[in-house]
Amino acid sequence: MKITGAQALIRSLEREGVDVVFGIPGGVMLPLYDVLYDSKIRHILTRHEQGAAHAADGYARASGKVGVCMATSGPGACNLVTGIANANMDSIPLVAITGQVATHVIGTDAFQEADTTGITLPVVKHNYLVKDPREVAQAVHDAFLIASTGRQGAVLVDVPVDVLRAEFDFKMPEKITSLPGYKPTTVGHNRQIKEAARLMISRKRPVIYAGGGVISAEASAEMGQIARLLDFPVTTTLMGKGAFPETHKLSLGMLGMHGTSYANYVMMKTDLIVALGARFDDRITGRLDTFAPHAKVIHIDIDPAEIGKNVGVDVPIVGDVKKVLRELIAALKPMIKDGGGQDLKPWHKQISSWKKEYPLVIPEGGLRPQYIVDRIYRVTDGKALIVTEVGQNQMWAAQFYKATIPRNFISSGGLGTMGFGLPAALGAQVGRPDALVIDIAGDGSVQMTSQELATAVLNKVPIKVAVLNNGYLGMIRQWQELFYKKRYSASDLRRGESPDFVKLAEAYGAKGIRITEPGEVDHALREAFKYKGPVLMDFVVEPEENVFPMVAPGASLDDMIGG
Amino acid sequence: MKHTLSVLVENKPGVLARVSGLFSRRGFNIESLTVGVTERPEFSRMTVVVNVEEHSLEQVYKQLNKLINVIKVVDLPDENSVKRELVLVKVKADSKSRAEIIEIINIFRGNIVDVGKGTLCAEVTGTGSKLSALEDLLKPYGVTELVRTGVVAISRG
Repeated sequence: MKITGAQALIRSLEREGVDVVFGIPGGVMLPLYDVLYDSKIRHILTRHEQGAAHAADGYARASGKVGVCMATSGPGACNLVTGIANANMDSIPLVAITGQVATHVIGTDAFQEADTTGITLPVVKHNYLVKDPREVAQAVHDAFLIASTGRQGAVLVDVPVDVLRAEFDFKMPEKITSLPGYKPTTVGHNRQIKEAARLMISRKRPVIYAGGGVISAEASAEMGQIARLLDFPVTTTLMGKGAFPETHKLSLGMLGMHGTSYANYVMMKTDLIVALGARFDDRITGRLDTFAPHAKVIHIDIDPAEIGKNVGVDVPIVGDVKKVLRELIAALKPMIKDGGGQDLKPWHKQISSWKKEYPLVIPEGGLRPQYIVDRIYRVTDGKALIVTEVGQNQMWAAQFYKATIPRNFISSGGLGTMGFGLPAALGAQVGRPDALVIDIAGDGSVQMTSQELATAVLNKVPIKVAVLNNGYLGMIRQWQELFYKKRYSASDLRRGESPDFVKLAEAYGAKGIRITEPGEVDHALREAFKYKGPVLMDFVVEPEENVFPMVAPGASLDDMIGG
Repeated sequence: MKHTLSVLVENKPGVLARVSGLFSRRGFNIESLTVGVTERPEFSRMTVVVNVEEHSLEQVYKQLNKLINVIKVVDLPDENSVKRELVLVKVKADSKSRAEIIEIINIFRGNIVDVGKGTLCAEVTGTGSKLSALEDLLKPYGVTELVRTGVVAISRG
């Protein structure tokens, strides 16, 4: 049977179980969009390709499925790049489909031509330029396989317009693939797992340090089991929030540059770090040569290249975190039964006293952003699906919204992409229609993609955007205050002059609410959460509030400002 | 320290860019890189000489292995491998110096591949240090052009 390349592509997406794609058409994508018109796949038309990529990313993070975005050649593909890089940096399964100019004009600087595979090469797990319609289905299949297995990531498939148009005899390839160079290790090394177990019952000041890998591996239950079994405290990265309930007594909250003081003190005093799906990023370790001086390190990760990259490791285990933890539990149980394990009481006593001495505090007076996040946490009973923008808003959200459920705290970690929150919230809501999705935003970040409010309104995606409006690029202003003698170069957004966020929301057909007093917060939140459509809440907060504690860049992890 | 890596890759468009891009992106210094077909047409082999410390070498190795098109990476230490490079060199040669230059080329088991008006062109293969020694010997006569292929290497046994 003869079909076109475009039909082959859509059928391949359908076979992968894709139910929604986010994108914008364009000249070379017309054959594909014409087929999409008849497909049962839902297409959500965003207002900018970056929005499409972030929405697909948010969809993937919230649902655990592969997110899919689409764009045309040249500018469309270029606009996707930030979103692709963002997903890949955080190991989120994303497939981007881009149109390309016809094969016979590739390389001639044709209209809307860009070397998309070349441009995206450094920011994807893999990419394809498909020059033959007979290869479309296999490329799509392999793209989904690569994106969703091993260390997950972004894969781009670039398809020239003549390939989309071409008719050919189609046969769906079997769901087998020939990728001779791609064999992720998922099963941990048995002897290393036993060695890890022995080390875990022999140390007196242990800590579990968990990252986003625990969430992507769906390994929260296993990690919780180990923590409770051994009475190990748990700290998570920003990406790991939700992997362990932050309401649990063993939780230390988030660690790192804006982590809790007690989590950072634990890292500096611990004699055993059990690192799970985390990569010892510079925002976590602070100054590397003073980091965790007493610690032995067990590092469990799906990506061998992360092991030993930044921090020396005593027991490396490459594998799927969930599988490895199951083996580890099996190895630990008989050891504990035989009376293995140390007395951790002094360690827990020490941790309790740090917790008492250095709690996270909500400052008093005026409308404080920390207070708002705390109220969002309490009004939603901790059950909302939180998405954040990037900057101070993100760190306050991480500090004060106690995450208890995997995939319910979504944030741009590695790339730190301002403008991520609103479109990611939109994608998350599409993936989880029943969740209460709240984008905790800053006024700077949200303005980078606020046009996607139109997408939310038109597609009836009832996200709630809580703008902590301080009138500044707040994190920039904070660094300028602390390290550049309060010289606020290009960080003042001139609140009160432009924009009027309530009118902005209303212009898009969303509901806008302005809140200026602490007494109005709960009422506004309840009103917003009850409302059926998208809402933007403009919280006019104390303009010069800072995020503390803070480890200055390049400083040792226990050298905290305001800690 | 110099390391010679033999990298087996899928013979597909863009693979060279993926490998070389990885080196520049992660700040690894390439001393030389050669690429060509192998005994199997679906694969190519790259020989990459990198100048990195032991810790970085591990990263190079792991990051290369993460590329989907890379099948296998092998570090070839000097003692267990044969390494060769080819040089084409054009030297000024008049009636007086010509015989001496040919003598030198012969000692290095090279061939004269072209004779021009006032120049000789020779091809010589060998290890990098051998070719450098040849270059030093030819310099006094006036080397007008020199091109080296970079190292190719194969394991012994």
